Amino acid sequence: MDFAIQRCCVTPIYLKSYNSSTDAVLRALDIGLVDIKEFNCCGYPLKDIDLKAHVLASARNLCLAEKRNLDVMTFCNCCYESLREAKHLLGEDESIKRDINEKLMKEGLEYGGTTEVRHLLEVLYNDVGLEALKEKVVMSFKGLKIAVHYGCHILRPRQLVQFDDPGTARVFDQLVEITGAEIIPWEAQLDCCGAPVWGIDDDLSMDLTQKKTKDARQSGADYLCVACAYCQVQFDRVQKMLLSRRGEDKGLPSILFTQLLGLSLGIDSEALGIDQNELDARGITHFLSHEESPTQSYGSSTP
Amino acid sequence: MFFSVSLYIALSIFVLGLFWKISTWFRYTVGPGAREIKTSQRLFAAIKGIIVTILSPKILTLLKVFVLDVLFQRRIFVESRLRWAMHMYIYGGFMLLLLMHAFEDFITLTLFPDYASTLNPFLFLRTLFGVMVMVGLGISVYRRHILKIPRLMNNAMDHYMVIILAIIMVSGFLLEGTKVVSHTSYQEMVEDWSDVDDEESFKALESYWVEKFGVVSPDLEGPFDAEILAQGRDLHEMNCEACHSRPQWAFISYGVAKIVSPLAVSLDKAGVPTILWSLHFLACFVGLAYLPFSRMFHILAGPLSLLANAVMDRERSDPANIATRQVMELDACTHCGTCSLQCSVGVLFEQIQNENILPSEKLASVKRFTANRIAKEKDIKRIQEGLYLCTNCYNCTLVCPVGINLQDLWFNVRETFIQDGHPEVFALSTLSFYRGLRRDELDDKDYEKPLQLASQTMAEEFGLFDSQDTPIDLGSLDNSFKKDLRTSAQGSTFSFCFTCTTCTSACPVACNYDNPPEALGLTPHQIVRATAVGLPDLIFRSKMLWTCLGCYQCQEACPQGVRVTDILYALKNMAIRRVKEKT
Repeated sequence: MDFAIQRCCVTPIYLKSYNSSTDAVLRALDIGLVDIKEFNCCGYPLKDIDLKAHVLASARNLCLAEKRNLDVMTFCNCCYESLREAKHLLGEDESIKRDINEKLMKEGLEYGGTTEVRHLLEVLYNDVGLEALKEKVVMSFKGLKIAVHYGCHILRPRQLVQFDDPGTARVFDQLVEITGAEIIPWEAQLDCCGAPVWGIDDDLSMDLTQKKTKDARQSGADYLCVACAYCQVQFDRVQKMLLSRRGEDKGLPSILFTQLLGLSLGIDSEALGIDQNELDARGITHFLSHEESPTQSYGSSTP
Repeated sequence: MFFSVSLYIALSIFVLGLFWKISTWFRYTVGPGAREIKTSQRLFAAIKGIIVTILSPKILTLLKVFVLDVLFQRRIFVESRLRWAMHMYIYGGFMLLLLMHAFEDFITLTLFPDYASTLNPFLFLRTLFGVMVMVGLGISVYRRHILKIPRLMNNAMDHYMVIILAIIMVSGFLLEGTKVVSHTSYQEMVEDWSDVDDEESFKALESYWVEKFGVVSPDLEGPFDAEILAQGRDLHEMNCEACHSRPQWAFISYGVAKIVSPLAVSLDKAGVPTILWSLHFLACFVGLAYLPFSRMFHILAGPLSLLANAVMDRERSDPANIATRQVMELDACTHCGTCSLQCSVGVLFEQIQNENILPSEKLASVKRFTANRIAKEKDIKRIQEGLYLCTNCYNCTLVCPVGINLQDLWFNVRETFIQDGHPEVFALSTLSFYRGLRRDELDDKDYEKPLQLASQTMAEEFGLFDSQDTPIDLGSLDNSFKKDLRTSAQGSTFSFCFTCTTCTSACPVACNYDNPPEALGLTPHQIVRATAVGLPDLIFRSKMLWTCLGCYQCQEACPQGVRVTDILYALKNMAIRRVKEKT
């Protein structure tokens, strides 16, 4: 199983651990990732400015993957929604498709529409499957309470992303449960993390983030768990700034799903970049205990 | 005489230019922070920094970078083998020619006391090195003009570099070729180096050289007697062979010689070898004199940039040294275009016609701006737009063959424009996320500035009905705006709205405030309503529009299937388009 991977623009400097943990986990699961050097931004940040610019950026990546007969996988909700939206528009609106193809033709690309856009969670759930994942788990979390944050763009707009039911989503919960962690229900679960307005209205952004972290903590969570580059930067890096700016001492650290799963697959925490989190997440390993009868060992599957 | 005078003139211009250029590294500034540091401070910090680094273990890093990145050009090798070959051919060939041929009196003669430019292996090597440069130039022309790589820009400086090198090389080959056939050159050699004195021997030697060495004589023509040739060969062995190999070894020039041989006598009479010689050295001197002002200056600034960036970082290095390095980096750029080809938003150039989107072109603009050569507000706006159209993904910095930290350059220049008060409405988009992540590096007052300026621009551009007490004049309703929205499937759904306010209740932004209309201007359902009525000004200046998260809660909740979030996106696009068109 090979995918062309769309890595989000925030990861090379601000979230290196998402790249390294995804690589390590997918290697352990025998899923091949192809890094297409020519890939550009998915276009998400351009949606505010110029829809066509966004579609053009997405379309180019879809074409590059199409040329290699690959589907695109992303670990960022915003990239996911953005690519799917572009794919939808290109399929629906002949004039946009013509216009975009005219521009892409200059570099020998043409959008055909055969490439699918997949989210990492969706691949794990549908293609690998819960049972197969369970078999690979060698370490289980005991007594770890996780507040699962889906993130907006993996659920909404419903017609576009079609990942799970936006109101009663369970897919991510089930994936987290594989690791042995306990899922806690929390009221603010489906709200936005606040990232889209960070840099535009920081007070508002911090309000939204704080509302979520407070609610999750009060509901008993030890950690947030996310599967989106923007959400993680917001809950980790921005939350750290928030805590110092608002003079708060109690935050709620957030862990990437690939880090959480990686630990339970027995992957070295250094490869998963656990120590690179801005808000200390190293304590999470204290919740780990060996499975009673490990089916398979991945003890040294560091890259 | 002419040679020496022009050499000294070129050398003086070169040295003065070098000093002037290096002085700009300490005088010019990139970024608002650098403006506060005095030139003298920067000079002392640089000297101190260099000494401290050389005396520390970092010297090992410098050595490693010098060998791998400067000499071996590792970064280009990783990027593209073809370009690596191109650069190695040009830089290797030219450096070897410079050392062996141009500096023959100082270097080659010292190393090899028997050196003669006409003797092998030197005769052959000179051609080989020249061919290397020509092959490199050929690849360059192929890449830039035949491959037609999208978004790889060529400018006058790129053409200059290829042309001046080509003139030096071609004039060299032509000069050598015409000298091979030149009877005058032959006679000079015989007079200077041989002890042949009788008429018969002259004739025998000349016959031999006409036959074997390609000389074209006005008096003698083959076929010659075997006996004469044998006599000529003996004389040649006695007088010439010690310092003259067969010209066939200079295979390019020998080819030239064969081609021009029918015209050789007239060329010789017209003094063409002398003209070519003048052209050859004058081209070299022009290249030398202009070097500090041309992109060829990367020969010096490029390695310095690689070395400096290997041992400096934003957090720990002296800000004075970073200020100096950033100006130096502008000179290090070779305009190779790698950054633009790898840019995460480079493709936007096909949609938004502003060359400053492309890092290589942005750098060129920043360089002009830094040298105070851009004054027009319009041009500054274009650079600033390009600076904002960046996702800070770091690709350009990672791939730059001369190690320029482009990311920090963009950040600092953008801050300069912001502090100078140039508004940019892109500040109201998600592109500001990245600046937010670096907010701890900025004063809170400076941090808010671009957002205030952009909101102010929106308020000024869309000022209709700016007081709640002003009655809305029906004549000012904007119907074309509705028509614009109707062109897209998403946008047109606004007409389904019956103002049930579900969207506003679902909106996490509206729910964040006790009095949403006061805090936000309009709430989501009011925006949809204002769209249906045709009041774009109210919408475009409302805070709600620009703080919309794009979370799709409203759209998900709408019982009427109004695509509220998509409409808000379309409205943002429209507002930005209108502002951009006006300014």
